[in-house]
Amino acid sequence: MTLKTEPFILNVGPQHPSTHGVFRMRVTLDGEVVVDLEPVIGYLHRGIEKLAESRTYTQIIPLTDRLDYLASMTNNFGYVLAVEKLGGIKVPERAEYLRIIMAELMRISSHLMAVGFFLNDLGAMMTPVLYMWREREKIMDLFEMVCGQRLTYNYMRVGGVSQDIPDEFLPALKRFIDEMPRFIDEYEQLLSQNEILLVRTKGVGVLPRETAINIGASGPVLRASGVKWDIRKADPYSIYDRFDFEVPVGSTGDCYDRYWVRIQEMRQSVRIVAQAVKQLPAGEICVKVKQPLRLPAGEVYGHVEAPKGELGFYLVSDGSIAPYRLHIRPPTLINLTALRDMVIGWKIADLIVIFGSIDVCLGEIDR
Amino acid sequence: MMTLLEEFRAWLSAALPEWAAYLIAGIVGIFVVLGFVLTLVIVFIWYERRLLGRFQIRLGPNRLGPEGIFQPIATALKILIKEDVVPEKADRVVHWLAPIVVFVPVLMVFAVIPLSQGAILADLNVGVLYLVAVGSVSAVGIYMAGWGSNNKYALIAAMRTVAQIVSYELPVVLSLLGVVLMVGSLSMTKTVEAQVVPFIVMQPLGFLIFFLGALAEMNRCPFDLLEADSEIVAGYHTEYSGMKFAMFYLGEYGHALAYACIITTLFLGGWRGPVLPPFLWFLIKVVAVFSLIVWLRATLPRLRVDQLMAFAWKGLFPMALINIFVVAVEMLWLVDISRWLVVATNIVLAVVLILAWSRLFVLGRGRVEV
Repeated sequence: MTLKTEPFILNVGPQHPSTHGVFRMRVTLDGEVVVDLEPVIGYLHRGIEKLAESRTYTQIIPLTDRLDYLASMTNNFGYVLAVEKLGGIKVPERAEYLRIIMAELMRISSHLMAVGFFLNDLGAMMTPVLYMWREREKIMDLFEMVCGQRLTYNYMRVGGVSQDIPDEFLPALKRFIDEMPRFIDEYEQLLSQNEILLVRTKGVGVLPRETAINIGASGPVLRASGVKWDIRKADPYSIYDRFDFEVPVGSTGDCYDRYWVRIQEMRQSVRIVAQAVKQLPAGEICVKVKQPLRLPAGEVYGHVEAPKGELGFYLVSDGSIAPYRLHIRPPTLINLTALRDMVIGWKIADLIVIFGSIDVCLGEIDR
Repeated sequence: MMTLLEEFRAWLSAALPEWAAYLIAGIVGIFVVLGFVLTLVIVFIWYERRLLGRFQIRLGPNRLGPEGIFQPIATALKILIKEDVVPEKADRVVHWLAPIVVFVPVLMVFAVIPLSQGAILADLNVGVLYLVAVGSVSAVGIYMAGWGSNNKYALIAAMRTVAQIVSYELPVVLSLLGVVLMVGSLSMTKTVEAQVVPFIVMQPLGFLIFFLGALAEMNRCPFDLLEADSEIVAGYHTEYSGMKFAMFYLGEYGHALAYACIITTLFLGGWRGPVLPPFLWFLIKVVAVFSLIVWLRATLPRLRVDQLMAFAWKGLFPMALINIFVVAVEMLWLVDISRWLVVATNIVLAVVLILAWSRLFVLGRGRVEV
């Protein structure tokens, strides 16, 4: 007698402990094996791009906070860079340095969350996350000192930053820079060479180099596949050309490489922050910009290396006080298109791990 | 040697007819064990949460009572007064029965655990066999819960359960056989009495296999695939709430406590120990084993289902076979010469086998072509 079998459709999400927000995957399973996957997005759509069309250029900055809410500073940064590029606005030196410091701290913070929740998805129950939250708290305290906010910072302005740093900021930041490399060592000691972690992630969810380039992946996902592409090096914006740092590159493009690349990037970010603090000049923090700001008619694409990949802002101006169109290129939406190819043939447990290794943020995917 | 219960019965039968003495003594014994187990489970829930808090650089529950000791009671109350939700298309009878089938065997295990000299509910001459038999009934309950809920996550968990518990039963039983060979009896009391040197020293490999197998049997990290919360939400008890969920919750901790007691009895010398009273020694050892379990839970990631099976069949099972063979040979020839010669051989055996396996053994292939 032969038993009749049929594949089994499982809805993972939108309410699920490991979908990092409200992401939904319609997974077709053959036993435990994933046969097909269909991502369903849009549960967090707030129409940010449309809202931007009825806001002045300064009013859009708080909207960008709500894109990738784990990296608000970087979103601010990317947006004001695009506006400044079109308006030809020159930013004071001190503001440039402050922006770099904030952006790199944000990268560390975002990667801490990514790595922590990646390990959590692997089943290391909450411990790595809580270890990493300890340091993320310190970064959030620093941001709170600077702008009074802990999640949506609204710190950068067209032409500079909103406030200068208070006196207690630099000592706290220096202490953080001194401590952080040791804490990163601690995370690596905890699990990096753990046998279970290695068998669960090595060779799992491989994204080949060619596929990664073809889908337009960026950030740690692309670099883990062995492509040395970092916008901070490839198209240096702001003052990134003044700093000495390396771009860590993985070899195989599996989950372990993505984990490893993020850990190494945290080390590099600490290096950049340390250099920026050393070189930080005194002076103005913001140039006077005529309000409401009117940009010359035209279009511009500004992009930054956000923690999760290339974050682009495509801005079309018709000369009025609001943009005619603002399109956002969210890095994780593009990276997520590789998910189906990566998970087919793996098991449910791997599906969660591979998804976690992409490090998505639904705020920016659904916009 | 009479157990405390038998002495109590003898004392009662002086005044009462034999059947009444038997009945009363039995009921009293059951309630004493039940009280002991439930109290200890509640304390252990508190202990695990506090200890996990320490591992995770946070405080853990510390508000209710000194050091938060009453927190589990508050949690239990909260769970008990919650609405009992049954999914519309669930198999109601199976759904209702499952928590009981999971919980009762856990309590039954404690019948044969000697808490101290003579403090045992039933000193069965087939104690170890009883443990194995009763201990694996819970698997049926978990399967019923997963099947009866009519939930896909629960069903996946149920399928995993059967595979996991059936696979790990073998290495667990085989490693127990090593102990039985050394004792020459299946009685738990005799096992403790035989441990002049604790069996963890006499056969470290047997202990390791049993410990890992026990982790899998009680669904603890790194083998907690049944309720892998990051993958299949809450696994088999996804659709349970209220009292029924409380039964699973208590059952889970009761299982952990039961295995801590079994490991203590079979490998750590039970109540034996210098200076302190026997019962206290027993508790100290149980807490130590339980702490180790919590430590593993706080640290390790989880294995994947195929790796889990590979670990049981390619890793633990052959090792357990080799272990039992070597122990049998030792009991035949070596033990009469010197006990310490057995200890030395077994430690060498454990080191060699673990090193060899860690070099040669690959866990699972992973991807399947579809």
